[in-house]
Amino acid sequence: MRILVIEDDKEAASYMVKGLSEHGHVADHVHDAESGLVMAESGYDVIVLDRMLPGMDGLQAAQNLRGNGFTTPILFLSALGEVDDRVTGLKAGGDDYLVKPFAFSELLARLEALARRRGEEPQTEILVGDLEINLLSRRVTRGGQRIELQPREFKLLEFLARHSDRVVTRTMLLENVWEYNFDPQTNVIDVHVSRLRSKIDKGFQLPLLHTVRGAGYRLSEKG
Amino acid sequence: MLGLIKLVRSTAFRLALFYLLIFGVSSAGLLGFVFWRSAGFTAEQIDQTISAEVQGLHERYRLLGVPGLTQVVKERSNRQSQSLYYLVDRRGRRLAGNIDSWPTSNADQQDWIDFDYNHQVGDVAEQRRARAREIEISGGYRLLVGRDVQQRVALVELIQSAFWWAGFGIVGLGLLGGLFIGRQMLRRIDAMAAASAEIMAGNLNHRVPHDGSGDELDRLAQSLNSMLDRIEVLMNAVRQVSDNIAHDLRTPISRLRARAEVTLMGDPSLEACREALEKTLEEADALLSTFNALLDIARLEGGASGPRDPVNLNEVIADVVDLYEPVAEDAQITLEVLPAVGSTTVKGDRRLLSQAIANLVDNALKYTGSRGRVWLKAEQSGKQAILTIGDNGPGVPALERDRIFDRFVRLDSDRSKPGNGLGLSLVRAVAVMHGAELKVDDGHPGLVVSIILERASEVEVQ
Repeated sequence: MRILVIEDDKEAASYMVKGLSEHGHVADHVHDAESGLVMAESGYDVIVLDRMLPGMDGLQAAQNLRGNGFTTPILFLSALGEVDDRVTGLKAGGDDYLVKPFAFSELLARLEALARRRGEEPQTEILVGDLEINLLSRRVTRGGQRIELQPREFKLLEFLARHSDRVVTRTMLLENVWEYNFDPQTNVIDVHVSRLRSKIDKGFQLPLLHTVRGAGYRLSEKG
Repeated sequence: MLGLIKLVRSTAFRLALFYLLIFGVSSAGLLGFVFWRSAGFTAEQIDQTISAEVQGLHERYRLLGVPGLTQVVKERSNRQSQSLYYLVDRRGRRLAGNIDSWPTSNADQQDWIDFDYNHQVGDVAEQRRARAREIEISGGYRLLVGRDVQQRVALVELIQSAFWWAGFGIVGLGLLGGLFIGRQMLRRIDAMAAASAEIMAGNLNHRVPHDGSGDELDRLAQSLNSMLDRIEVLMNAVRQVSDNIAHDLRTPISRLRARAEVTLMGDPSLEACREALEKTLEEADALLSTFNALLDIARLEGGASGPRDPVNLNEVIADVVDLYEPVAEDAQITLEVLPAVGSTTVKGDRRLLSQAIANLVDNALKYTGSRGRVWLKAEQSGKQAILTIGDNGPGVPALERDRIFDRFVRLDSDRSKPGNGLGLSLVRAVAVMHGAELKVDDGHPGLVVSIILERASEVEVQ
């Protein structure tokens, strides 16, 4: 996918661009919001926007983009991590908010999730390999075999399935499934995921729920 | 001298002078009124009496001529009264009267004369004040009809001297009072100024003196002191954070650096580099989370205020327990929520309360051995709601209980457990931010931690 990075720290930006190209994406980088607004017109799948920029700041840039009718998803990067800052960022037209410093894997996972969200049809059923998830009846079957899940487990599986074949980080799970945005000190998410795994993978030849080292999890039949 | 100038320039003294001025003016007004009503009134009466007598004598003269007039004047002069008469012929010779000589002073346009005369009582002569009217009678005769006004003069003098004495008294006492009040105020304000100077010089423990009288200066001193207390808390928080960073972040950073340095020594294999970088990444993440936790705590302790919405403690507890339940099960610990008692909706920041409860649960699970039990409970207690979390683990010795909320405190027995030693500090910071009380008790066995929060009112809940 095509990604526009608007970030005034050149070194940070060059790492980002390098990392993104290594994962098969095309990333362009500009230093300020003014050139970012011009570049955005050439059409990107997602925009990474730093909140504090020389000249026009990120909030203003996002408002301008939205005011001009752009619907490209925007991910804010910011050193300001207070809840209020997050809220103002999202209100200004951002779709996600990542606080510096962040793990690259986190950024990547969120960008992919954002680009995916776009053009997503309302679904009633998600298929991952032979795993069928019915979002209306909340029925889960694998290979025709019924799997009983607790409500929270269903929510977890649903989120993983909506982002199937992509990495989902622990923070994303915590934010979206539990609606917490703090760091629980213990590996609580790992325990929940391994429980879910024991329900959907146990007794089947092909594992679907994979751990991606140093990043998070991926639900995929590709391994 | 310098002290006196300072005193005279003090607000209290100026205020006293101002009040003195107002009081002086109104007193003068009052005395003036009294003077006008008494002395002025008698003067008028005297003039009327004299005029009436003149009228009468004139009548007599018209009827009986000079001899008749002389006769009447003689008779009246011999009466013991305050009336004075003097009748002379055209050459100035005295025909009748009870004063020695024609007054020397000149009459005014209405023929009134104020003069002194000799009043003879037995052998004693005294000079007394008089007021009279001079009448020209045809044929060169002149008549003087007057009255002794010595009493009135004495009254005027009395009032005047009262006026002066009262004036001096008011001004003197006012000045003295002003100086006294000024000095009292100045002394207390000087003490405050001295205290601030002391504090500015770096002695942050110093406080502004106050006498507990509850007057305005006392209240000012007390609010200054509360402000200083707050500043001291903030300063301490900042200092503690920098101390903490110095002590507890330096070690992992040194380790990070040492690993990079050692890995680069010689000719490292790709495998060795990868391993070192992975470890570095891991450690950097841990450092960042410690750093963020420190900042969060400092921010909360520094008085950052989040949203204050109605938060139902039961829901928050249920969510946190839902998150930790599998962890507890894996560790073979029973994690249970006891039934709530009463209304437990509090005013607060849902996210922070969740985080605090999560940290407490995390902590309890960490220190309670397998087959242990961790329980949570929310209950109403009057206007407050108490959130309690207990375990049946080893507990904390009474002496150490206050310390567990300090930053980076990990009791010696727990060094092997994972964690950055900031979880409970955050709990305390959240409690402080919510104005809640934090209590630690012995669970016989185990540890019981309670957070006592203010309940939201019924209106707010709706």
